[in-house]
Amino acid sequence: MTWFSIIVSGIVTYFSRMAMVALIDRDMLGTKVKEVLNYVPAAVFPAIIFPGVFFNDFGSLVEITDPKIYGAIIALIVGFFSRSVIATILSGLSSYWFIVFVI
Amino acid sequence: MLSKSKIFLRGTTDVLPHMLSVIPFGIITGAIGVELGFDPILVYATSLIIFGGASQIIFMQLLSGGASSLVAITSVGVINSRHLLYGAVLSEYLEKLSFIKKLFISYFIVDQGFAESNKYIKQNKNLSNPHYYVLGTGVTLWFCWQLSTISGIILGSFIPEELGLKFAIPLTFLAIIVNDLRKLDHVFVMLVSGFASLILFDVPFKSYIILSPIVALIAAFIMLRFKK
Repeated sequence: MTWFSIIVSGIVTYFSRMAMVALIDRDMLGTKVKEVLNYVPAAVFPAIIFPGVFFNDFGSLVEITDPKIYGAIIALIVGFFSRSVIATILSGLSSYWFIVFVI
Repeated sequence: MLSKSKIFLRGTTDVLPHMLSVIPFGIITGAIGVELGFDPILVYATSLIIFGGASQIIFMQLLSGGASSLVAITSVGVINSRHLLYGAVLSEYLEKLSFIKKLFISYFIVDQGFAESNKYIKQNKNLSNPHYYVLGTGVTLWFCWQLSTISGIILGSFIPEELGLKFAIPLTFLAIIVNDLRKLDHVFVMLVSGFASLILFDVPFKSYIILSPIVALIAAFIMLRFKK
């Protein structure tokens, strides 16, 4: 079943890459659609970030003092100013680990 | 006139700075796949077959969390709909290629490669073989992605579960959108998506992962109307 899902996901992903290049006339996408597609990353990724930070493994809200919240805030600040992928991830993880294992 | 191999080489080297983010992202993808309990072969198969970091992580996270295949596949589709935009832009430069070549080169259309290709081709308008540049970026990205996810898979089997590496998932996605945090319109869409995901989290089949982006895209559409 997992193999099946991987292959179908692969086909879906490949289709998204190939459709406009090889199949569909590019003018089929109106300017409005293109403008909205610009926001796909902004629309998709917070739906993973927010639950990952604010919910625990059992799907209930974490306390405001949860290490994940501190880690996310620090990552957000570091990311905003550094614009670096590595710095964002590492600052978030290390501050999270610091709170969990040291404090 | 630049030769084909020179244009190809330019493509392979121009994306190199992106490897600073691609390689750690690949390592995390591999490690998290193992951490989530997937067979190493399956984790690697996602790199080869799906070949898209964000979709691979979300796919594995959803399946390991008990989501159905349908939800996992649909969310991969939603995430990757942005490729339509890349394809639409690149199709102008790939028009002269044969159908088979178009099918082949499409596999290599990736965020970072698209960004560099679009920049380079716009600056060098009269290239006769712009597709060699696209292919060059794709080849570098492909090899680095395969190698880094494999390293992540190997590393992941040594990382103890107590470390809570799963927290790297939201952080990684935060890192992806960090460049857009200075654009207020994007931040608005992000907040809509984020709060929608918290509210819709308990909707059956983990469908929050599909519903929240849709809510946010509708908000983006309405926002665009008011902007004009």
